[in-house]
Amino acid sequence: MSAESIQCHFQDPHTTLGDTMTDIAETLAKQQKEISIAEFFEKNKQILGFDSQTKSLITAVKEGVDNSLDACEEARILPDIYVELTETEKGEYKIVIEDNGPGIVKRQIANVFGRLLYGSRFHAIRQSRGQQGIGISAVVMYSQLTTGKPALIISKTKSEEVAHFVKLVLDIKRNRPDIIEEDFRIWDGKLHGTRIEVHVKGRYVAGKQSILEYLRATAIVNPHVQITFKDPNGGTISLPRVTEDLPKETIESKPHPEGIELGQFMSMAKASEHRKLTAFLVNEFSRVSPRVAKEICDAANVPENRSPKRMSLEEASSLLKAIGTVKIMAPKTDCLTPIGETLIRKGLRNVLEGLKPGYYAPPVSRSPSVYSGHPFLAEVGIVYGGQLPKDQQVEILRFGNRVPLLYQQGADVITKAITEVDWRRYGLEQRGGKGIPFGPAIILVHIASTQLPFTSEAKEAIANLDPIRDEIVRALRLCARNLKTHLGKKAKRSKTREKFDIVQILLPEIARKAASIVGKPVPDLGKTVTEIMNVVWIDDNIEYSKRRHKVAIRIHNYMSTGQKFNVHAVVPGKALDRKRIQPEPDSVNGDKLTWNLKRIPSTEIVTITFELVGLDQDEYSDTEIFISDINHASVIGAEPLPGDWDLDGTGQYSLFSFGDAADEDEVEEIEEDDDENGVDYDEQTEVISDEE
Amino acid sequence: MKNEERHHRAVDELYKIADDIYNQIDRGQIPKMSIPLRSKKNIQFAPRKGVWKYGSMHGVRSAKKMTGAYMLLRTMYMLEFIQGMVKDSKSSTLREMYYISEGWGNAKFGSQDESNNLAEDLEIVTTCMREDFKLRPEEDGARVIGNLTLEEMNRKGEKKKINLRDDVGDSGYGIPFNVEKDKITLLNTDAKFIIAIETGGMFDRLVENGFDEKYNAIILHLKGQPARSTRRFMKRLNEEMNLPVVVFTDGDPWSFRIFSSIAYGAIKTAHISEYLATPTAMYCGITTSDILNYDLPTDKLNPQDIKALESELTDPRFKDRFWKDEIELMLKIGKKAEQQALAKYGLDFVTDKYLPEKLTELGILQ
Ligand SMILES: Nc1ncnc2c1ncn2[C@@H]1O[C@H](COP(=O)(O)OP(=O)(O)OP(=O)(O)O)[C@@H](O)[C@H]1O
Ligand SMILES: [Mg+2]
Repeated sequence: MSAESIQCHFQDPHTTLGDTMTDIAETLAKQQKEISIAEFFEKNKQILGFDSQTKSLITAVKEGVDNSLDACEEARILPDIYVELTETEKGEYKIVIEDNGPGIVKRQIANVFGRLLYGSRFHAIRQSRGQQGIGISAVVMYSQLTTGKPALIISKTKSEEVAHFVKLVLDIKRNRPDIIEEDFRIWDGKLHGTRIEVHVKGRYVAGKQSILEYLRATAIVNPHVQITFKDPNGGTISLPRVTEDLPKETIESKPHPEGIELGQFMSMAKASEHRKLTAFLVNEFSRVSPRVAKEICDAANVPENRSPKRMSLEEASSLLKAIGTVKIMAPKTDCLTPIGETLIRKGLRNVLEGLKPGYYAPPVSRSPSVYSGHPFLAEVGIVYGGQLPKDQQVEILRFGNRVPLLYQQGADVITKAITEVDWRRYGLEQRGGKGIPFGPAIILVHIASTQLPFTSEAKEAIANLDPIRDEIVRALRLCARNLKTHLGKKAKRSKTREKFDIVQILLPEIARKAASIVGKPVPDLGKTVTEIMNVVWIDDNIEYSKRRHKVAIRIHNYMSTGQKFNVHAVVPGKALDRKRIQPEPDSVNGDKLTWNLKRIPSTEIVTITFELVGLDQDEYSDTEIFISDINHASVIGAEPLPGDWDLDGTGQYSLFSFGDAADEDEVEEIEEDDDENGVDYDEQTEVISDEE
Repeated sequence: MKNEERHHRAVDELYKIADDIYNQIDRGQIPKMSIPLRSKKNIQFAPRKGVWKYGSMHGVRSAKKMTGAYMLLRTMYMLEFIQGMVKDSKSSTLREMYYISEGWGNAKFGSQDESNNLAEDLEIVTTCMREDFKLRPEEDGARVIGNLTLEEMNRKGEKKKINLRDDVGDSGYGIPFNVEKDKITLLNTDAKFIIAIETGGMFDRLVENGFDEKYNAIILHLKGQPARSTRRFMKRLNEEMNLPVVVFTDGDPWSFRIFSSIAYGAIKTAHISEYLATPTAMYCGITTSDILNYDLPTDKLNPQDIKALESELTDPRFKDRFWKDEIELMLKIGKKAEQQALAKYGLDFVTDKYLPEKLTELGILQ
C-alpha cells in the first residue's frame, strides 16, 4: 500500500464522483464502518516496521533521527543529535531523541506527534528522508499500544522565549492527538530544538541490524552530522562530525512530466487554476517550455487552449503518450542531493573500521533520471581487496535519501540490480553470472529521489521499478569497470614487475653461469633485456605533507627502440600549483594536462612532476594517466586517451563521464604474451608426479 | 659404452646446452630451451619396442617468463654441479643434490620433486641417463623372494652369489639402484613367473603362505609406484630368463597406473621406456569385475579417484577394450577395493583360491 492510496481512501472524502454514483455511494456508506487509519495500522504493525521486538526499537530511533536530520537540513543547521536508551522495566525501554533543529511551533506539536499522515513533506517534490507524515506518530502509537505510556515532547523555536512541553497519546479511533498535559518549560541553554521521549516494549541488540549500525551507517552518508548515543548498558558512543559542509540545499520542484501516472495527471488537471492546457503544462510541470507544451499538444492532437478541468480521459491519456514521444529535458538536479564521490569514499573508509582495503574504485554518481514523474539518481561506490574477507558474499550497503536501509535486502531494487550484473566480468566470483557476487568487496548504493517508491510504509526496501533498477545497473557497471581497469592495470603491472626481476636478477645470473660453464666472457645483456621487457613503464608516486600532494610520474622506456608519445593526466585543476609543473605542459585545460614528450631513447627514464595544494590527503590518491600516439598495449601504467577527451571545454571534466560505454560489450584485451614459441614447458597442466 | 665414456658424453651434451644459452644471450635473444612435452598428450606407441615413448610435441622454457627464467638458472647450476662431479669422480644421490641446491641462492629448488624433474629434463634433452650424470636415486628397498640365483658385485668389487630364497631373510632381497649387467648377473632359476605386488601386507601374506615354493613363483614387492630399478630388474628377468610378469595390485585408479607404467612405460620416463617397461606384463587384479565376482568389501571412490579414472579414459595407454571396460565399470559402481579385501574369506583365500583361479585364467598356471 502506498502513501497515495492511503491518502485517497482515508483522507480525502471529497472525491469528485458523478451524481448517480453518489447515490449508490450513500447507500453503501450506511453499511460501511469507518476504519480509521490508526486502527488500520494498529492491526498491521509490520507495515510500519514494528514487526519484531528488536526491530521496533530500531524503527523508533530511526523515525526520530530521520526527522531530526530532515528538520536540521531544511533549516540549514549542522545537526547535533542525542539518542538515549534506558531499560526502565524488563523488556521496556525509554527512548530519548533530541536534536538542535529549528523546533516545532506550538500549535503543530500535537498534530505532528499525535496524528498519522500529518507531515510537511507529503506534497513536496523535494528530496527528504520523511515523505509520508506517518513516521513519528506511528512511534507514538506503537509506544502507547505496548506500554500504555504517553509520549513526551519538548520543543523550542529560536524566536520563542521558552520551550513547549506536551504529553500526549494518540486517539486511535479518531486519529487525533489527545493531550494529557501541556506547559511551558525553560530549556537550559538550548536555543532551538526538539526532544521526544517514548516508552516502547522491545529487545536491545548489538551487532548487525542494530541501532548502532543504523546510526553508524547514517553517519557514513551524513558526515555533517554529529551523533551521541547512550546505550542501555551505560556505554556512550560518539560519532563525530567529519565535515562542516551541509549537503547542498534541495529546492522544491514541480513534477517532471515523464512517467507521470494518469490518475495523478488527471487530479492535477482538475485542481489546476490555469485555463489553457499549455499554461497548465508549462506552469505545473518542470522542464516544460511553451514550445515543448505546444509540441505535446500537437503530438496528442489536443487543442492547446483546452481547459485542463474539462479535459477528457482520452485526451489525458493521449497527452501522456505524447509526453513519451516529445524530447523533454531531464529533471532538474537541484531537488536532489547526491552524496558525492568524496563522501562516498570517506564513508566507505569508515565502514572498514581499520581494515585495509586494496582499492577504492572511483565512485559513480549518475545524473538524475525520472520514474513516474519523480526525479531520482543512483550512486555507487566499491571498495575491493586488501584485508576484506575473500570467500564470502560481498557486503552491500543500501541507502535511500541518505537513510541506511537495514532490512528486506532481498526485496530491494538495489539487491535486484546487483544480482543482475555479471560480476565475473569485473573480477568477482558469481555462480552462473547471477546472484550476489562473492569476493573481497563492499558495494555501496545510494538512491536519491523526491519520492522514493518504498515497498511499504516502513521504508525498508525500495521497490523494484525498471527505470530505477536500470540506472543502478548502469552505475554499478561503470563503477565496476573502474575496478576492473584497476585490477587489469595491477595484473599488468605485477607481470611487468616480474620482468624486472627477470632482467635485473635472473638473467644476469644465467648469463654469468653459462659463461663460466663454457669458459667465455659474460655477454652483454642490453638487447636481451629490452626484448624481455618490451614495454614503456609508467608509475606515479604521491607524497603528502603540509597540505601539498607532490606527484611524480616516471616514464621508463624499456623498449628496444626510442619512443615518442604524449602523456595526459587528469588532476583537480583548482588545486594545481601552476608554477610547479615540470616540465611545462603543452596544454592545460581545466583539469586536463597534456605533455607532448620528446623522444625517450631506449632504456632511459623521464620524470614529470606537479603539486596540488590544499586538498585532504585522501582526496587525491591515484593519478589517472593517459597516453596517445603510441600503441597502448606496450605501455604499462597508463590508459589510452578516451575518445571524448577534447569534447568538454568547460574544465568540468569528469573521469566518469565516459558515457555509458559500460553498457557496451567490452572488448577483451588481447594477451600480449601469447608466445610465438608455443607451449610453455613449465606450465603444462598435467600432473605427472604420480609415477615413480 | 664404458662408464667413463658415458660420463664424458654426458658432460659434452650438457656443455652444448650451456653453450646454446650463452649464444642466444650473446646474440641479444631471449634465452630458451626446447624440451619434449611430458604429458599424456605427447606419448606414442612405438610398435617395434612395444612401449610408449614421447612424441614430437615440444614445450619451451624461456627466460621471458618468471618460471622459465628460474628453471634456466637452475639448469645452469645443475650443469655446473654435474660437470664438477665428473671432474672429481664423485657421485651423489638425487636427495643430496637437492640439499646441495639449498646453497644455490636464486636457483634453489622448492622441493625435491622439482630437482628430480629437472634431472629428468636433462636426460631427455641429452638422451643420457641420470646415472651418466653421476646422479642416483636413494635405495628404495623394493624386495624380492623366490628361487633365483644371481651374482651381485659388492662394495669391495667382489662378485657375490645370492639365492633369493635361501640366502635371504623373511624380508627378501633388496633390489639395488643399479641393476645393470656390470652390477648384477642373472644366473639361474626354476621359477615359472614373477608376481609383482603393490602392497607390503600382501607380499608378506604370500611369503608366509609359501606361495613361491608352491607355485614356483618369484614374489616381488613394488612398493607403490615402482622405482626405475625395480622395473628394470623385472624387465631383465622377463627378457633374460623368460619369466612372464604378473602384476597384482589394489583395485583402484592409482593401481591401474602402476600397471601401465610397468607394462606400457610411465609418462614421466617415456624417454627410456624401452629400458624399463615389460610390454608382456599381465594384470591379474584386483579388477573391477573381481570386486563384483568375489563380492569384496569396498570403499567409495573419492573425488580424486573419479578424476583419476576420468583422466585415464583419455590416456592413450588405456585405450584398449579391457581397460576401457574396467575403468568405466569402476566409475559406474563408484567403488574400489584393496588387495587385503580378499581376507574377507580367510587368510589363505588369496593363495589357495583367488590367485590360482586368476593365474589359470591368464594361462600362467595350467
Ligand atoms: N525533530 C523535528 N523537528 C522539526 N520538525 C519535525 C521533527 N519531527 C517531525 N517534524 C515535523 O513533523 C512532520 C511529521 O513527521 P513524520 O515523521 O510523522 O512524517 P514525515 O517525516 O514527514 O514522513 P515519514 O512518514 O516518511 O517519516 C514532519 O514532516 C516535520 O514537518
Ligand atoms: Mg519522518
